[in-house]
Amino acid sequence: MTTVLYWAGMFALCCFALALICAAIQLLRGPTPQDRVLALDTMYVNGMLIILVLGVQFGTRLYFDIALLISMFGFVSSAAMAKFLLRGEVIEP
Amino acid sequence: MMNDLPLWVSLPGTVLLVLAGVLTLTGSLGLLRLKRFYSRLHAVTLGNTMGAGSVLATSVLVSSAVASRPVLHELLILMFLVLVSPVTAILLMQAGLRRDPRRPVPDD
Repeated sequence: MTTVLYWAGMFALCCFALALICAAIQLLRGPTPQDRVLALDTMYVNGMLIILVLGVQFGTRLYFDIALLISMFGFVSSAAMAKFLLRGEVIEP
Repeated sequence: MMNDLPLWVSLPGTVLLVLAGVLTLTGSLGLLRLKRFYSRLHAVTLGNTMGAGSVLATSVLVSSAVASRPVLHELLILMFLVLVSPVTAILLMQAGLRRDPRRPVPDD
């Protein structure tokens, strides 16, 4: 029964990798800066999901911390870039 | 390791992992295919939140079965994502509205 879980994890990994490629294409192609920021945010979340699925597959607890860090850094960078696009400054005096 | 997981873990885990893959791929394909920025934002936010929820539920199930006690610290990531992804979406939406070429230009 565990083999089914393993192959479902493989399927999910392939889907996440394809989604990452789509987001990368959009990051290169996007006509406006906010499109590129959105694509970068999508890439962060997809990478975090890949690391979580790898943590399930390998059965270690370490990958959880990496995923938490990636999600936090993704939020901070996306919020900072959106604030920059909104105001022209990240930290206002 | 994943050697002898019981049936109540592997079956929902399989379904949730496949669901997460399909949903996330759908959201990112929408990022490529949809025409307007606001539609793309909608597709990506929905797909990513649902996919992350499914993967984290699988992770909670598997690590609870491995440790044979409830392991709930994966819910931390889910809580963080649920709190944070609307904030990012709203900020990006405001930036998009501000930089929209159809927006009327103020006088000053």
